Amino acid sequence: MPLLEVTDLRTYFTTDAGVARAVDGVSLQVGPGETLGIVGESGCGKTVTALSVLGLIPSPPGEIVSGSSIRFNDEELLEVKPARLREIRGNEISMIFQEPMTSLNPVLTVGHQIEEVLRLHRGLSKRKARAAGVALLAEVGIPEPDERFDAYPHQMSGGMLQRVMIAIALSCEPRLLIADEPTTALDVTIQAQILDLLVSLQRRHGMALLLITHDLGVIAEVCDRVVVMYGGQIVETGTTEEILTRPEHPYTQGLLASLPGIGDRDVRLNPIPGTVPSAVDWPEGCRFRDRCSFAWERCAELAPDLLPVDGGSSRSARCWLVHPEESSIGPAGEPA
Amino acid sequence: MTSHAGASSAADMRSTVKGNGASDAEALLDVQNLRKYFPLHGGVLGRSVEQVRAVDGVSFRLQRGETLGLVGESGCGKSTTGRAILHLIQPTGGRVFFDGEDLKKLDRAQFRAFRRRAQIVFQDPFGSLNPRMTVGSMLAEVLKVHGLGETGVERSVRVHELLEMVGLHTDHASRYPHEFSGGQRQRIGIARALAVEPEFIVCDEPVSALDVSVQAQVINLLRDLQRDLGLSYLFIAHDLAIVEYMSDRVAVMYLGKIVEMATAQALYESPRHPYTRALLSAAPRRDPKAGPVRERIRLSGDVPSPIRPPLGCPFYARCPHPGKDEECRGVAPVLEEKAPSHLAACCKNPMPADGA
Repeated sequence: MPLLEVTDLRTYFTTDAGVARAVDGVSLQVGPGETLGIVGESGCGKTVTALSVLGLIPSPPGEIVSGSSIRFNDEELLEVKPARLREIRGNEISMIFQEPMTSLNPVLTVGHQIEEVLRLHRGLSKRKARAAGVALLAEVGIPEPDERFDAYPHQMSGGMLQRVMIAIALSCEPRLLIADEPTTALDVTIQAQILDLLVSLQRRHGMALLLITHDLGVIAEVCDRVVVMYGGQIVETGTTEEILTRPEHPYTQGLLASLPGIGDRDVRLNPIPGTVPSAVDWPEGCRFRDRCSFAWERCAELAPDLLPVDGGSSRSARCWLVHPEESSIGPAGEPA
Repeated sequence: MTSHAGASSAADMRSTVKGNGASDAEALLDVQNLRKYFPLHGGVLGRSVEQVRAVDGVSFRLQRGETLGLVGESGCGKSTTGRAILHLIQPTGGRVFFDGEDLKKLDRAQFRAFRRRAQIVFQDPFGSLNPRMTVGSMLAEVLKVHGLGETGVERSVRVHELLEMVGLHTDHASRYPHEFSGGQRQRIGIARALAVEPEFIVCDEPVSALDVSVQAQVINLLRDLQRDLGLSYLFIAHDLAIVEYMSDRVAVMYLGKIVEMATAQALYESPRHPYTRALLSAAPRRDPKAGPVRERIRLSGDVPSPIRPPLGCPFYARCPHPGKDEECRGVAPVLEEKAPSHLAACCKNPMPADGA
């Protein structure tokens, strides 16, 4: 049984320009101890998906449309009472964000902020909370944790602050950690340290990890399975190896072709033309068709479904090309 | 494009490093011992108490049509280097020769002419565009300021030309910056730089703020423009794969200094400085076909403070080299030639190839 099961999640926002369908029918599962990556460009809905799971969508303007379901450990999060949701959030699901600097209170010491979580969620006394907090800082690899405990956020580097955020997220031993671009604001050598730390902590605690990133390199380093999002929908799923070596969806192929590889100096990059459409106004039919070099009439007329590839269970794609039996109306054999 | 790489001979590079005081007539840009210190103010009187050594003795040459990549982590001084070269901020010391002329010795009119020949493209395309001006009037203003185009009609013809050159439509001229996507805004930033027909462009993280698919579009554009217009680039970025793709030669900066400089191929295939090794091994592998995962060299700790940089090797505290010793701690290594056209500032032999 999956730990987290999101079914047909639709999160819409009312804006001046109309209703933005930021997340528009996302279904995914994360098993216990598994690492699932969500990859996509800005505006694809990956962060809103995560915020929806945590019940952090401001309403209004946001709304999770009825018919959506988010089950965690067999409990429907969209129906639980606010008090229960607060209990789950922090105790069983934690989240770390891209900007550690803005996630911490600048006028309180980092120790104070760790203590607060431990006392609130684990009911520890002040003395015990301090001891547990120092131990957590040590676990996330902060040197001299006893002294660092009393430091203010501005006295620490970005990498150290992200370690503090991870310590806070781990303080209640969550079963699921959601990490939203946890290393995007960090330098590569620090990014490598933080990714190593996340992987080792995950193994040690048997925690599931939902990692959201725009960087396929980070996915390759950390994830078991990958979900590729575009236009508020999942366009492809598979194991990390499948996605990176045998992408089925033209968007995934385009993403990979946009990255220069080693020894590619004399090869011209093959970028995806155009730009991401607006969530207020997704194109009819396939949402990627305006930028897809394989698109034909059918793609404009009918939106493809996310269907299994080769009958496999982990692999699926949302594209008429991948499901020829569904797309027999189109010019046969010409694309691909 | 790669043919330019050979233009900078080993002898050229050696004399650059030693800073012989004269300029190389061949090179478009010759930077000698460039320094930029920012004063830190403290105390009740707000006196300058200490200095941040953002750029601390950077030297290199750039040939015509060449791209030199400048990589390093945040705070290493790469952006400050780009700005100090263009004198957008006044360098604290060192000399910059452009086309054989010492920038310090130029009078106002000559300096204005230099401004036309050397341009910059910034990271944040939105922050660098005036939100209250249409793209057309912004570009026309650049032309007018520099006395390009006699009449408004002439200028608007040129504006349309520029927009087409960077892959935008001519009817985009009447729109405002907020009406464009990030990638389109960066194209506008590039059009603005190109408006004055420069020979040299400092590209300061030009694609870092863009989505992956759009990044590739802008990179292709920059490469096409270089080929068609014979531009020289100083390409500043933290993304190693993109720098390799764009650059003929690459310089790696750490704590205000260049620690290694070589052709892109040599630097990526056989890095000689332990920091370059660590940087390359830390970069996430995007290409799953690139073979087995390299053993990652773990760097402990953070970059030291540029306010009181260490006396000896700036990298000493984090250096994973098994042979590091008291000499490294005490004596700052000089950037010197370790192999033909391959400079590194490390007094030890390169680390074993397996990353041990």
